[in-house]
Amino acid sequence: MNYHWNWGIFLEQVKGGDETYLNWLFTGLGWTLAVAISAWLIALSIGIGIGTLRTAPNKGLAWFAATWVELFRNVPLLVQMFLWFFVVPELLPREWSLWVKQDLPAKEFITATLCLGLFTSARVAEQVRAGIQSLSRGQTMAGLAVGFTLTQTYRYVILPMAFRIIIPPLTSEFMNIFKNSSVAFAIGVMELTFQARQMQEDSEQGIETYLAVTVLYFICAFIANRGMAFLEQRTRVPGFIASAK
Amino acid sequence: MSFFTELDVSVIAPSLPFLWTGLKFTVTLTLIAMSGGIILGTLLALARLSPFSPLAMAASWYVNLMRSIPLLMVILWFFLIIPLITGYPMGAETSAIITFTAFEAAYYSEIMRAGIQSVSRGQVFAGQAIGMTYAQTMGHIVLPQAFRNMLPVLLTQTIILFQDTSLVYAIGAKDLLKAAEIAGKNYNRPVEMYIFAAVIYFVICFSLSRLVKHLQSRIAIIR
Repeated sequence: MNYHWNWGIFLEQVKGGDETYLNWLFTGLGWTLAVAISAWLIALSIGIGIGTLRTAPNKGLAWFAATWVELFRNVPLLVQMFLWFFVVPELLPREWSLWVKQDLPAKEFITATLCLGLFTSARVAEQVRAGIQSLSRGQTMAGLAVGFTLTQTYRYVILPMAFRIIIPPLTSEFMNIFKNSSVAFAIGVMELTFQARQMQEDSEQGIETYLAVTVLYFICAFIANRGMAFLEQRTRVPGFIASAK
Repeated sequence: MSFFTELDVSVIAPSLPFLWTGLKFTVTLTLIAMSGGIILGTLLALARLSPFSPLAMAASWYVNLMRSIPLLMVILWFFLIIPLITGYPMGAETSAIITFTAFEAAYYSEIMRAGIQSVSRGQVFAGQAIGMTYAQTMGHIVLPQAFRNMLPVLLTQTIILFQDTSLVYAIGAKDLLKAAEIAGKNYNRPVEMYIFAAVIYFVICFSLSRLVKHLQSRIAIIR
């Protein structure tokens, strides 16, 4: 292997600029965190709604939710990015379309966040549905029997239990969203993968660049994992297998 | 809705042969990475479950490493590293095939590990009791059952793999998405082409996931 190592590259200035490569990487990390965390908030709020609707007794609502999930799950994320970026602005009325194309601030970031959030919402919805369906029917019946309406039963009995049950699969989904945010490079969000490609071309120190970026992704995933583990520990329900550990 | 009347579907027909070449690469890549990934993944799973701890540790490191990096970074890594190691430049397509096989092996291995662990211990003991070697017990008793139990999950992973192949975009390999993009540029109709590509992906993935559901109900509870 014939490779010229240069670990000092991170402190060197980029070609034709007064930043260092390290600045680039930290900008990238910032965008990655911004996209992933905002998308996660969208995914959680919509995913919880859609997942709950999938278990609703109303056929129309359940059908709507099922269609939502199938649509977002069966098209590759990268294709969805392109759809949101190139196709959706064309769908809007003319003035809005012009505004989105010309004046929308941080257009790439907003598009990528919305896309990743909706994409992940379908996955979160599936977990929420699985969580709700894993509860015994007796819980719903008990809720109804004490005089709760169906909405109240969901609010006070079913959802609090279901959320706790699905924390482990949600942890992997949360870690996935950091990994999936890398796809945002394709529409020009200057996140880690974008910076990695840019720095590799600019500095020609590919291995050092990719190693640094990989380590940064690692740290993100690790912190996400520990955070969720902490949440899991804090919300344990006494008397269940998970709490015996 | 002016949008739908402005759509020019007539550009799709002449670009079909070109899109077909792209789709063929996407499917080839999926099939090779699936077969290679399942074989390598099974070996990795056996290594992880082996009593020889350095081997188990190496396998678990490999699997965890692959699973914690974004696939895009893995694609970029392999594209950079393979020519450095072999000393020859390598096409994006070949690089993609190697990358996906190596990457998917990590995910398939987790599925196969769960499958192997789902087989009851008594089956292994029974194999040993009638004098079978480790390889015979695995090959004739454990793996066939593990594979059958995990078939729906393996197929679901393959659907994910099929979607993920679109990421070869990053190194410029000509798959379905890239073909659609090029066709869109040639005819100056990117909107139609992106929608058409999305529809193809959707139809294939949706039908496959229906098939998995059907399969799941057929092979469930065989014991």
